[in-house]
Amino acid sequence: MKGFNQSSTSKQYAGFVERTLVNINHTLEQSLFAEDIARKKGLLQALDARLKVISLILLLLAVGLSHSLLVIVALYLGVLILAAFSKVPLGFFIKRVWVFIPFFTGIIALPAIFITPGPIWIRLPLGLVITHPGVNTALFLLLRVGTSVSLGVLLILTTPWNSILKALGVLHIPDVVVLILGMTYRYIHLLLNLTNDILLSRKSRIFRRPTGAEERRLLGATSGVLLGKSLQISSEVYLSMESRGFRNYPRTMDTFQMTRLDWVFGAAVLLITTIAIWLGR
Amino acid sequence: MSINLLVRKIPRWIIFYYGLIGLWLSTTAMHIPDGYLSPVTCAVMLVLVLPFWMRGVQKLRQKMTAKNVPLVALFAAFCFVIMMFNVPIPGGTTAHAVGGALAAIILGPEIATMAVSIALVIQAIFFGDGGILSIGANCFNMAVILPYASFAIYQWISAKAPLDSSKRVVGAAVGGWAGLTIAAFFAGVEFGIQPALWHTANGTPLYAPYPLSVAVPAMVIPHALVASVVEGLITALVVAYLQRANRPALETFSNAQVAPEEGGVAKSRVFWVGLAVLIIATPLGLLAPGTAWGEWGTNELNGLGFSFIPQGMQRLAGLWSAPLPDYNLPALKNATAGYIFSAAVGVVIIGVVAWLVTVLVTSGIRSSRESAQSQ
Repeated sequence: MKGFNQSSTSKQYAGFVERTLVNINHTLEQSLFAEDIARKKGLLQALDARLKVISLILLLLAVGLSHSLLVIVALYLGVLILAAFSKVPLGFFIKRVWVFIPFFTGIIALPAIFITPGPIWIRLPLGLVITHPGVNTALFLLLRVGTSVSLGVLLILTTPWNSILKALGVLHIPDVVVLILGMTYRYIHLLLNLTNDILLSRKSRIFRRPTGAEERRLLGATSGVLLGKSLQISSEVYLSMESRGFRNYPRTMDTFQMTRLDWVFGAAVLLITTIAIWLGR
Repeated sequence: MSINLLVRKIPRWIIFYYGLIGLWLSTTAMHIPDGYLSPVTCAVMLVLVLPFWMRGVQKLRQKMTAKNVPLVALFAAFCFVIMMFNVPIPGGTTAHAVGGALAAIILGPEIATMAVSIALVIQAIFFGDGGILSIGANCFNMAVILPYASFAIYQWISAKAPLDSSKRVVGAAVGGWAGLTIAAFFAGVEFGIQPALWHTANGTPLYAPYPLSVAVPAMVIPHALVASVVEGLITALVVAYLQRANRPALETFSNAQVAPEEGGVAKSRVFWVGLAVLIIATPLGLLAPGTAWGEWGTNELNGLGFSFIPQGMQRLAGLWSAPLPDYNLPALKNATAGYIFSAAVGVVIIGVVAWLVTVLVTSGIRSSRESAQSQ
């Protein structure tokens, strides 16, 4: 009874069940949304997935190798232009990347402003000083992380996941691994839905705030059931693969074809990467 | 003279700030995004992971062949979902586990490497969690170090114990905790070597900005207190659950599990050796950046004057001497010796805590079982 009163008077309780449910739904929503945009008719959507994967890696390298903040900013603006041409809602795109970065990378970068040794720029009370290299190093970290994350997000938003997987073949990733990646992606959704059901059914029976011990037991049981289910599904999947004639060697149906647009885009990315790496030496 | 312009004093509150950052870092676990590590580091880490991936694929092919394809896929999916479980920690924060220790206990470390790697790759590519260039580093920390280290410890503690023994639960808890802590240590080293190796002419770090003396404690201490605890907790809870509800899962998929098997002893010896190598490699990992650090110092000699960088370095080293006063003595004289010393202290602390936890939890489980039986 005590617990019941507690929960009715205290503000919304968020424990293991609630937080995990929020997480799961967020993830499912995210992948659904990405598929939605990937179906629009835009610039990046029209390109060959292999080309996009290679371009992504080249541009990430350009961002990673740059010793110049301006080059990174220019590359980020380029990413924004690409996003605009690919019908990605810009407000959403910028928000998705930059809302979280100040919280995670920003909080890590902040002390560097004060403690990186170098010429003093601004003196603050309490013996604090802001140094030039400190500000630069924090900006490097923030811009690099922001631009790299934007590039990655742009690929997911404009390419259906199965095309990305097929495109990984050009990186000489073994077929077996690509096959496992694809199965994993599918079963992640199955397991997420399953967990969602387990936790929702539990949540609908909870009347009071569970104690720590109860939450731990729930955590262990949920994880254990999920593990058992995973193992069980895996042997069923194996049987069904076997019965359909799987012989240890996956075959992918490769339907990629480079168009003129692909060649132009590829050349442009190569040029931009070269210039960016050269300028950012 | 230019030294007057440099930072002289580091305020004490920064220590608290680091505590805060560390806590924050550990709640997000160790998914290193792109931009923290230089592309060269990323390439080196990828090369370091490759043999483990090859070993994993080889193991997949030789063991049960095609049956492993869906097994690894489902286990990778399971790890992905486990990383989504938000476990509340006393004090209001939450953290999530990686599932690498559990994967190692059920599948063996070689295949666990594959399963966790695949979960990490999918997180990086499809959900933007963790960088794409830094996949090698993330896989090295969470898909190689974590499963191998925790499996070695699990094997060591639960050696020859029957499947329903409480030793296995304890082994899982300590293995998960120590495995993730060691992985955090490696992540800290990866962060910590960045400013020494990659900086502009005037000393501005280009990637992760903190030296080893800050990065390693900022990764290890909060992980040991939060995320590793969650990893250990989830591993132990699931092993305990499987003992009650699904014992075949504990024995079917990893052949090194059941005690009477003749291969068991030899296997555990292999992992003992692995553990020893890991422990020996710990100071080695610090030695390598130590020499790199020296290189940097000589570069700086030409430009800015000798006393400049080491001074700042020693300040930062002093910063973290507060929680462990013993660091002070050697660390002030010689940075490299200080690193090795602190690494050794870390290993000893982990060992002692592991032993204490083993003793405490075993007796706790025993007494709770006895009281349950007497009721």
